[in-house]
Amino acid sequence: MTRQQVLDQYFMDARHKLIDLAAFLDRVERAEGEADFRLDTFREAARKLGDDGTGRAKDVLMVFSDPTEQPIETAPGKGACGAWPGEGTE
Amino acid sequence: MKFIEPHAHMVSRTTDDYADMATAGCVALCEPAFWAGFDRSSADGFRDYFRQLTEYEPRRAAMFGIKHFTWLCINPKESEDLALAKDVLAIIPEFMDCPNVLGIGEIGLNKNSRNEVKVLEQHVDLAAQHDQLILVHTPHLEDKHKGTRLILDVLKNDSRIKPERVMIDHVEEHTIGMVLDSGHWGGMTLYPESKCSPARAIDMIERFGSERLWWDAACDWGPSVPLAVPRTAVEMRKRGHDEALIQKVILENPQQFLSQCDRFQI
Repeated sequence: MTRQQVLDQYFMDARHKLIDLAAFLDRVERAEGEADFRLDTFREAARKLGDDGTGRAKDVLMVFSDPTEQPIETAPGKGACGAWPGEGTE
Repeated sequence: MKFIEPHAHMVSRTTDDYADMATAGCVALCEPAFWAGFDRSSADGFRDYFRQLTEYEPRRAAMFGIKHFTWLCINPKESEDLALAKDVLAIIPEFMDCPNVLGIGEIGLNKNSRNEVKVLEQHVDLAAQHDQLILVHTPHLEDKHKGTRLILDVLKNDSRIKPERVMIDHVEEHTIGMVLDSGHWGGMTLYPESKCSPARAIDMIERFGSERLWWDAACDWGPSVPLAVPRTAVEMRKRGHDEALIQKVILENPQQFLSQCDRFQI
């Protein structure tokens, strides 16, 4: 596909999603109370959108990922929340 | 179009879903054993589930002209309990000769714990002893990258395992490279909220090529779309890809991998 074709096919969808992300951050700002680790991770991931190159999707996924290498002692439950909370907090 | 749905949890789906999939061109589907949304209290619960997968679901699929195949295991979400896992592993061989069983799956990791790794190793050993194909589930979200690396290590450490007989499912942009570099197959799961969107799945085909890759819906009781594969094929067509490449991804590739098991006949 040419860049023009990519824009023709995906621009409106991407625009819609970007505005939704902006509105999400506005909603968090308007809310009261402390935010947990997910907000900082989200902001760090969002900064990756401004990078050059063709590895943004991978880079965003890596920001949210557990960077440690060894198995944890015990599974704390079954679910995942979408962002790594940090060492010793699983 | 004809397609194979290589990963669908039809015990969680309605008969209408079978009808829609047949209407869209589904000729065969594969149902890995999974976590049912709640913990089973004993191995007997798994025996009933395995009977459902090997006796009942094939009949339900056949009503719509769809061939039904299955994979057996205790899912990593229930692997923290080593005693239960041992009991379930002991009954799997009872079902290995059923005509729709393709191999061991979907095994893997969930939270990347030591017990999950032990049970994964036991499943890999069982597959090697019985010369079975392997279908691997990689963890969700923040646990996926680390879990995929741990899984690849377990597979590499067992010299009996041939990489081309292992499908590593739920790959994304940060794991697809290491899976293909290890010689395994990779599956992209098309989910509306997590895992992979149709656009990203097509991006990965464009970037990594179409060899040793498939798409699946992995439809179950959560947000998921049984027609995700044909809908992604339609999006691929909108991008201008030719029909031969589309057919390779949605029909020929899964057929090539799954045909390594003699029972997979469509």
